Amino acid sequence: MRCGDFKETYIKDEEIFQSLFVKFWLGLFFVFLMVFPFVASAYLLYIANMIGFAIIGAIGLNLLTGFTGQISLGHAAFVGVGAYTSAILVTRLGFSFWLSVPCAGLVAALAGLIIGIPSLRVKGLYLCIATLASQFIFEFIFIHWESMTNGITGIHIPPPRIGGFEFMTERSFYWITLFFVVLGVGYARNLIRTRMGRAFVAIRDRDLSAEIIGINLFRYKLSAFAISSFYAGVAGALWVTFLKVVTPDHFPFILSIQYLAMIIVGGLGSILGSIFGAVFITLAPELLNYLSEVVKQFAPGNEEIFVPMKEVIFGLLIVLFLIFEPRGLAEIWNRIKNFFRLWPFSY
Amino acid sequence: MEILIQVIVTGLATGGLYGLIALGFVLIYKATSVLNLAMGEFMTLGAFVCFTALTQLKAPFYLSLILTLAAAVVLGILVERLILRPLIGEPIISAIMVTIGLGVILKGLIYMVWTPTFRNFPEIFPPEPLNLNFAVVPSGLWWGFFFAIIGMTIFLLIFKFSRTGVAMRAVASDQQAALSMGISVRWVFALAWCFGAMASVIGGIVIGNISGISVYMGDIGLKVLAVIILGGLDSIGGAILGGFIIGILENLTGLYIDPLIGGGAKNVAPFFILVFILMIRPYGLFGKRIIERV
Repeated sequence: MRCGDFKETYIKDEEIFQSLFVKFWLGLFFVFLMVFPFVASAYLLYIANMIGFAIIGAIGLNLLTGFTGQISLGHAAFVGVGAYTSAILVTRLGFSFWLSVPCAGLVAALAGLIIGIPSLRVKGLYLCIATLASQFIFEFIFIHWESMTNGITGIHIPPPRIGGFEFMTERSFYWITLFFVVLGVGYARNLIRTRMGRAFVAIRDRDLSAEIIGINLFRYKLSAFAISSFYAGVAGALWVTFLKVVTPDHFPFILSIQYLAMIIVGGLGSILGSIFGAVFITLAPELLNYLSEVVKQFAPGNEEIFVPMKEVIFGLLIVLFLIFEPRGLAEIWNRIKNFFRLWPFSY
Repeated sequence: MEILIQVIVTGLATGGLYGLIALGFVLIYKATSVLNLAMGEFMTLGAFVCFTALTQLKAPFYLSLILTLAAAVVLGILVERLILRPLIGEPIISAIMVTIGLGVILKGLIYMVWTPTFRNFPEIFPPEPLNLNFAVVPSGLWWGFFFAIIGMTIFLLIFKFSRTGVAMRAVASDQQAALSMGISVRWVFALAWCFGAMASVIGGIVIGNISGISVYMGDIGLKVLAVIILGGLDSIGGAILGGFIIGILENLTGLYIDPLIGGGAKNVAPFFILVFILMIRPYGLFGKRIIERV
């Protein structure tokens, strides 16, 4: 804690922007985000968009797994439900993109509610298996409900538009992504300060005690599932609209693992952690791509080794972080901050 | 009618294999209360090691089998020591996630070492199918069933009668008590992982022999989750019976429902069954009932 920074009320302690210092840096960061699309290349903007979708999805999963303690191995399924809902609404019913995104969130939330029902009877291991099963069931539905999803050929999605302006490029889509990310982060950060957010944490820490102090487990567990899936649905809708096409291949089991890796690496039970994790896990494969390019130049013929490398690295990150730094990058970040805050007199 | 009997017999044979892999899950879960979601990758690894021994080293089958089992022992001990032991005392969510991570790593490594090409297993069993008069069992399935039954019987006998088995059961029922009776819980943990890995590599070899091997054969490991949930997570008998039931149901789905929706139902059926069981009877047929209503 910073010297001379005394908190006198609980409200003060729970403030999001705790000091002028934080406000200043956040303001600066926001300015950077606003300037970024004008200076960055299309490739960087593509990555920025990807990071944005990952952040929204990861926050959703973190609300469920990190804050409420309900493991979900089927997050990609909800991303898929959102993506397909948006695609179908836009292409079949002529919805505008802007209306289809909240609808995608709502339908995904509904799916989340259904999958969440077993969580009232089973927990821990069993819940994890139930969500895993739902992942495969949804994958099956995406492929075989051909009248709706077009099967493996997928659906092509027109770009979103306001008036006559079409969001065709990475650069213009960046604004949409930024808007939703800011909205999502702001909502989640506020949610965890409310009764609901604290109820989530209470359920995670000890569900029996939570029930005894008057938290309705039925309501809050299902709310956690619904909110988490809502985020996933929005992320999915944005993602496939950005890609302009949706196929069942976009939502494999490995995507669920990727989201898990994000929140584990970033930090379970931390909004900031979800952001760190999303950035890190999205950048890792890009870095690998870059590395494989380099290797191709110096030692051609060895670049196939980088294809499965991505998965190995996700796995390694999950295992290493769980063993050595279970609280993730967010904790490392805190430690660095504290070090400099007290430097050079750390005692 | 003939088709029905044929399908049921095929289902029984497949079910035997599921039972064997499920046994691997249960052995590990019973002793260490960790559900090893990397089981499918253990299986794949076993199949590939055996394949390499057979084709590259030109070893006879029994030697390859021994080699593969040895590899399984090493794998089991390494995983237990390096990955699961540091997590003792951590919430269950960590232990589950770490096995998922492990699975992903193994899959990637297998991909790197053996490349993703699909391969046929060299013939290790005599190719004549078994003719039962009312049904015909393909050679791979029949021999696989045979191996699965032998594997299960050996594990069951060890568990029931040997000193080691008794120690394992003691640890499963109460670690504290087992410790105070002089049983090395660490050793039992390592042993459970070895047995689990051995069961799954045998399953891997047999399944590889039936349908060829590739990086993706590990997905069967996830299907087997339905078997252990049906049988009860901590019941060995349940794993075996569950294997048969799921095997038959899966093949029946393939027969009756696949034509209606154009294929694919066979592979997803176990997951539907899984969710259904979790809804009505989460502890399965023979699992220990831990009633915890929250």
